[in-house]
Amino acid sequence: MSRYLTLSCLAVLFLFPLVWSGYASLEEPSNYLEMARFGEGVGTYATNSVLVSGMTVAGTLVVSALGGYGFARFDFPGKNLLFLATLAILMVPYATILIPLYVLLGYLGLQNSLVGLSLVFVMFQLPFALFMMRNAFEALPRELEEAALVDGCGTFRAFSRILLQAVRPALITVGLFAFLASWNDFFAPLILLNDGASFTLPVAVVSMTQQTFGAIDYGMLQAGVMVMAFPCLILFIVLQRHYVRGFMSGALRG
Amino acid sequence: MTLTINRTGRKAAHSAPSARWRSRKVQGWLYAAPTAVIVGVLFIAPLVLVVWMSLNRWPLLGQATFNAPANYTKIADNPLFVDAVFFTLKYTAITTVVLSAAALGLALLVQDRKPGIGFFRTAFFLPGAVGFAAAALLFYGMLNNDFGPIDPMLQSLGITDEPVKWIGTPNMALFSTITLVIWRFAGFNMLILLTGLQAIPTEVYEAARSDGANRWQVFTKITLPLLRPTLALMLILSVTGSLLAFDQFFVFTNGGPDNSTVSMVMVVYRDAFFRFDLGGAAALSVVLLVALVGLNTLMMRRLR
Repeated sequence: MSRYLTLSCLAVLFLFPLVWSGYASLEEPSNYLEMARFGEGVGTYATNSVLVSGMTVAGTLVVSALGGYGFARFDFPGKNLLFLATLAILMVPYATILIPLYVLLGYLGLQNSLVGLSLVFVMFQLPFALFMMRNAFEALPRELEEAALVDGCGTFRAFSRILLQAVRPALITVGLFAFLASWNDFFAPLILLNDGASFTLPVAVVSMTQQTFGAIDYGMLQAGVMVMAFPCLILFIVLQRHYVRGFMSGALRG
Repeated sequence: MTLTINRTGRKAAHSAPSARWRSRKVQGWLYAAPTAVIVGVLFIAPLVLVVWMSLNRWPLLGQATFNAPANYTKIADNPLFVDAVFFTLKYTAITTVVLSAAALGLALLVQDRKPGIGFFRTAFFLPGAVGFAAAALLFYGMLNNDFGPIDPMLQSLGITDEPVKWIGTPNMALFSTITLVIWRFAGFNMLILLTGLQAIPTEVYEAARSDGANRWQVFTKITLPLLRPTLALMLILSVTGSLLAFDQFFVFTNGGPDNSTVSMVMVVYRDAFFRFDLGGAAALSVVLLVALVGLNTLMMRRLR
């Protein structure tokens, strides 16, 4: 029983900041109206965030599903080298390659571009995503694919019609991780985007504290926090199982 | 890897025609091509570029000129970076100890599947779903002396008489930041430890109890040793994450007061985008990169 008492006190401590932030933001509903008018308008920033997360999730799913299938079912020269190079992304601290990425995206004409930022997020997600997808495809029975091949499907038809259905749980896990990472990240957009109109929510809301001279509107700030946090909290609660499975399947073994 | 080799061996044996074999090779490459492009262009190329940049005077705008090894030799003269190294090491040491202890405590409390435990696991993890920058802003408001609820609560409980300078002194700023980090990451680390705890077979515990071991003995003689690989993983993630700290200091303390909470990555950022010295920032990045890859390798060898 004393265990439940301890747990309850701890739960109050962990949940209090979230509850307070929600309460503080709603105390004056005008907080949300003011935030909607801040800078380029919260609609612009939210749209940017949605676009970046959408492109990151889609890109990560496409690249890792194709790659995972290739790594699980085919043998080709350079396969092990490519796999190791992808996993090496985990070893290299991500903050240290953002400066060269900023320059490199400039060469590619993708500086200050939501597409460029999304591609960088896809790269950071790739080790985890590829590892998950390769394992998911390897776990499928070969018969599933062979039956499709016998029915006259090419490997790509077998892959897109049948195998993708079978690895759906892994796709959800990969997509969830990609969404949370790209929606929440602050450092990469701070470096790679330099024009207010292309800012994502975290960069825009942080700039509320650092650009305003004089008084910071704390109520509005908490409204910004809630706009950023709410989708993640809901998604996490709904897809919790998939998140935890990401841990269990050795996602962090890198 | 061995699995793959066996399977392809079998495949090659029963699909004798070499044309089909070659076509499978090509197909394999096609499936892996997007991965290869992303890794090549956005990972390998910047790795090479960061080294090249560090050997050049590389202004934010304008032509780069070769100047090696000036970017490296001037690191020692960068007083902000030298201070940042000491500060970041101190922050890493304290955070890792406190965070590991908190995560282990939480994991032990919620490891048994009892009624209601799922709710507590979710409650402890939930802050982890919130972005770190958003969490930092949340604390920035919550600990504000005029707006936040913490000061009035502490005062009405009689714990403090006047508003606390949460980020007003170097030590308090560090303390408040670590509180923020624990709130945001304890549940995440708890989840890592739970996967390790659940891999320990219950028979081991039962055997120990029937041998008359008490709780403390079970914890130190069984749980901790068997949890070692998972603890090692958590330590590596926590050390790496703390050494690269940026969001919490950039957003929450803004490096203050008096530059007392400037982390290493903040100096890299400042050199690049406020002093327009991309070459210098690249040299700092290379130093950090080599140090961290080395440290990670060392920790993996030692701890696992």
